Amino acid sequence: MAGTVPTTESARATTTRELATAGRAQRGPLLPILHAVMAEHGWVSDEDIAVIADVLNLSRADVHGVVSFYHDFRRTPPPAHRVQVCRGEACQAVGAQALYAAAQARFPAGGDVEVGEVFCLGNCALGPSAVLDGTLVGRLTLERLDTAAAGWTA
Amino acid sequence: MTTVWVPCDAAARAVGADEVAEAFAAAGATVRRNGSRGMLWLEPLVEVETDAGRIGYAAVRPQYAGDILAGNHVDLGVVEDHPWLADQHRVTFTRVGRHEPTDLAAYRSDGGYAGLERALTLDPADVVAEVTTSGLRGRGGAGFPTGIKWETVRKAASDLKFVCCNADEGDSGTFADRMLLEGDPFSLLEGMTIAAYAVGASEGYVYVRSEYPDAIATLRRAIDVARAGGWLGRHIAGREGFTFDLHVRVGAGAYICGEETSMLDSLEGKRGEVRAKPPIPALVGLFSQPTVVNNVLSLATVPMILADGGEAYAALGTGRSRGTQVFQLAGNVKQGGIVEADFGITLRELIEGYGGGTRSGRPLKAAQVGGPLGAYVAGDQLDLPMDYEAFAEAGAMIGHGGIVVFDDTMDAADMARFAMEFCAKESCGKCTPCRIGSVRGVEVIDRIRSAPDADSRHQAFVLLEDLCTTMEKGSLCAMGGLTPMPVRSALRHFPADFAQNPPVDSDKNPPIVHFSSEGSTS
Ligand SMILES: Cc1cc2nc3c(=O)[nH]c(=O)nc-3n(C[C@H](O)[C@H](O)[C@H](O)COP(=O)(O)O)c2cc1C
Ligand code: SF4
Ligand code: FES
Repeated sequence: MAGTVPTTESARATTTRELATAGRAQRGPLLPILHAVMAEHGWVSDEDIAVIADVLNLSRADVHGVVSFYHDFRRTPPPAHRVQVCRGEACQAVGAQALYAAAQARFPAGGDVEVGEVFCLGNCALGPSAVLDGTLVGRLTLERLDTAAAGWTA
Repeated sequence: MTTVWVPCDAAARAVGADEVAEAFAAAGATVRRNGSRGMLWLEPLVEVETDAGRIGYAAVRPQYAGDILAGNHVDLGVVEDHPWLADQHRVTFTRVGRHEPTDLAAYRSDGGYAGLERALTLDPADVVAEVTTSGLRGRGGAGFPTGIKWETVRKAASDLKFVCCNADEGDSGTFADRMLLEGDPFSLLEGMTIAAYAVGASEGYVYVRSEYPDAIATLRRAIDVARAGGWLGRHIAGREGFTFDLHVRVGAGAYICGEETSMLDSLEGKRGEVRAKPPIPALVGLFSQPTVVNNVLSLATVPMILADGGEAYAALGTGRSRGTQVFQLAGNVKQGGIVEADFGITLRELIEGYGGGTRSGRPLKAAQVGGPLGAYVAGDQLDLPMDYEAFAEAGAMIGHGGIVVFDDTMDAADMARFAMEFCAKESCGKCTPCRIGSVRGVEVIDRIRSAPDADSRHQAFVLLEDLCTTMEKGSLCAMGGLTPMPVRSALRHFPADFAQNPPVDSDKNPPIVHFSSEGSTS
């Protein structure tokens, strides 16, 4: 909704507006702005979409269409902890499917720990690989997963 | 004080390199962080500077620091003399592992920017001719001649042209782009600057996948350093009127954004949907301007070609595959990592020679070459030479040079199903054969495996083959078009796997393979 600046905005919307305004001058600004919003808030809300659309003079549908295309842009608040298991072929060759299944069993959906899949982390010679709360781990074992989890639940 | 090198490469960090670096610092050593040598199974691979050279120590743990500094730990000898490394022919990767990645002085003293300096003494058309002479073909997968692409952009009339580097490296089993970005980023910047000079571009973008945070950080630092040093920006290398600057853009977790037109749309801030060709990006590319799109390795090889001449590069290789390829040994392989070798080396030399066979010690069953869209090759095909045409003839592809090794616990039907599942998840959605065909492919493979009798199994096989043909012929891009390649090759080589019932629980999955040889110095 280009041009209609709401009179009162939440603190979050104000921050998002600042990020969008700061990023607006570059070519093709939408992805960098969405990454900035992700880094700041951890997810993209309806309000963020409205504000970004306003700043960039796009329709909300345009922004929404971009957000929904990319796996990285989440539409819900992030969980306390994340386990992203690589399911790429090189990791499957050293047992990634078993690890993924075990991780799902260890951390049931809806809890503090979200288990997700990724397809290749560029660590294909030292798999199985996963990202545990942002840290890349190679030669992953169930024990290593348990060690990480012990730190989270303590 | 002793100087100790500990890799800052993401693969080394993923197996504890940071903790090792801290331990050496605490023990009083001067710690410097290099890229990885690519002998990944030996990571963290620590090097201690001595009068004789840099002495290597394999699979180092923090508690070894004291012994290593005291000279009481088994070593590998001088790292650059290690046969695994010394036998390779490193051209693109020549500097990776030697220096601190963003040390511009070290880059300069090791041949860096010699290519650009020579390029600036030539006419742009002669720079392109040099690249054409070299026979360099795109390393991103399609193998298109780089010089021809550049000539198209050079000849296009426009005030604004772009050079874009494809650093999306989405193919599983590949990590060479990442290691180059993290280990020798200036070589990419130099290659892009030469490209800009050759085609008359003033702006460049590097599109890096978000899964590579370390590469993104190193690249950004390298760009700042190069700009401060006068190698980017206005009047590059003191040359009046030559302006080129670079921007890093981060992907957002979409495999298809590695396809060049999807990448361009993503760079423009849109959904990463594939564009119909023509027009080709060389003429109508980023923001509709003439644009060079090249892979990281293609661009990083250009400085050497300009420094040593196109003929020198063309003298390497075989047939129409000239120069070297950076192979990546991955998966269930004992000695995984980077092997740069002239084209023509066989799969056997790579997997059994450099790779040392499977990590599990079990018999090899297959290797998938060229990423998730590449074929599975069976054990009896290992004498295939690495050559674009030879692979194409065998119904396979070299792609980005990734080789994923599987032992005999691999289930080919599982892998075929996965290829379809991956396509369904990562399809950009623009065309039906890919978007719908892949979903149907998963269902049909499940039907094959749960078929109650031979007759219904046969019917499902016919359906799968039909589906593969539709995807191959009817897809707009190689995502849908090549997904049949892993599926059909799995079926061709391992039909028996498709006769089994699907796994009912995860116990039937291949086991997690641990490193039995961790710390071994072989
Ligand atoms: C589905 C798909 C994914 C691709 N992924 C990549 C990639 O991750 N990196 C890359 O350099 N090229 C990738 N390509 C190839 C690019 O479309 C393009 O050919 C390449 O970037 C051109 O550079 P080159 O000539 O230097 O190889 C992909 C192609 C397809 C169809
Ligand atoms: S083949 Fe698949 S990825 Fe390629 S354009 Fe069609 S739908 Fe998109
Ligand atoms: S396939 Fe898992 S890191 Fe590449």
